[in-house]
Amino acid sequence: MEFASSDRMIRPAINATALKILIAGGFGVGKTTLVGSVSEIEPLRTEEQLTERSAGVDDVTGVEQKRTTTVALDFGRITINQELIVYLFGTPGQDRFWFMWDELAQGSLGAVVLADTRRLASCFAAIDFFEERNVPFVVGVNCFDSTQMYTVDEVRGALDVDPFVPVLLCDVRQRESTKKVLTTLLEHIMSLQGHAQRAVVEG
Amino acid sequence: MSGEDSAWFDEDAGPLARPYTFTRGRTHVARDDLNMITLVVALRKHHRGELDHAHGRILECCQDPISIAEVAAGADLPLGVVKVLLSDLIEQNYVIFRTGLAKHSSAASPDTLQKVLDGIREL
Repeated sequence: MEFASSDRMIRPAINATALKILIAGGFGVGKTTLVGSVSEIEPLRTEEQLTERSAGVDDVTGVEQKRTTTVALDFGRITINQELIVYLFGTPGQDRFWFMWDELAQGSLGAVVLADTRRLASCFAAIDFFEERNVPFVVGVNCFDSTQMYTVDEVRGALDVDPFVPVLLCDVRQRESTKKVLTTLLEHIMSLQGHAQRAVVEG
Repeated sequence: MSGEDSAWFDEDAGPLARPYTFTRGRTHVARDDLNMITLVVALRKHHRGELDHAHGRILECCQDPISIAEVAAGADLPLGVVKVLLSDLIEQNYVIFRTGLAKHSSAASPDTLQKVLDGIREL
């Protein structure tokens, strides 16, 4: 796999701002590939013990239950400049649990939900998660081969996301394509902030 | 991802050493102001015998400013354990840290977002 240029290594300042973008979606959809295509380091893996929220499985008992799960996270880094570093976090394993992890969403700038048109349902959990927590997200429809079975509109309709949520086709093996997904996310976040500010001013 | 030569266990098996072996059985939790992307940096080196192996290893990982997630990956220890070890090092003035973004995404200023956007475009 090819990684973004490591020759532009910049030593971050200790007062740098670190930001986090989440890469979510079903198992095997290409999350770590996306991270690797723009990261200046080979994607690293770390493990975190996270607390699951009571998931309603034990509703019968009426008792709130919490338990911890060890999750693996693959992540990469983009050093924008000495003062600004962006980390991309993907969740390669245990996907059936990850949507319970509030800790992951905390402090994240936004998210990319990667969709695979052969298994669209596998990203519903991610979409619900970000909608519930008001985390801005875009949907990237990852095309593994050149034959795209559905149009963006068809995917949007099937996923039933809000009209303002960007949905775009991508090939996350290609750095330019991943960059397009990330810049679309950034523009989306800025647009949402702009709307919120106007609402305050006009309100 | 692991290749065909990987062992019979996988990450679902969890860490193979009990994490709290490394923290001398302490059960206190890490500082709650540390997270995956908190940046840490060593203020000074340690002298022989000052620190145990695990703390020394962590300190060596953060000679340059680095996120806690990267320290954990570099030291091959779970994040939770690394946070406890770093908390000790912070308390003993070996390490300083800076918490990045506050808990909510709205904390990123339009100026910061623009810089990130420009930076990604230039990759």
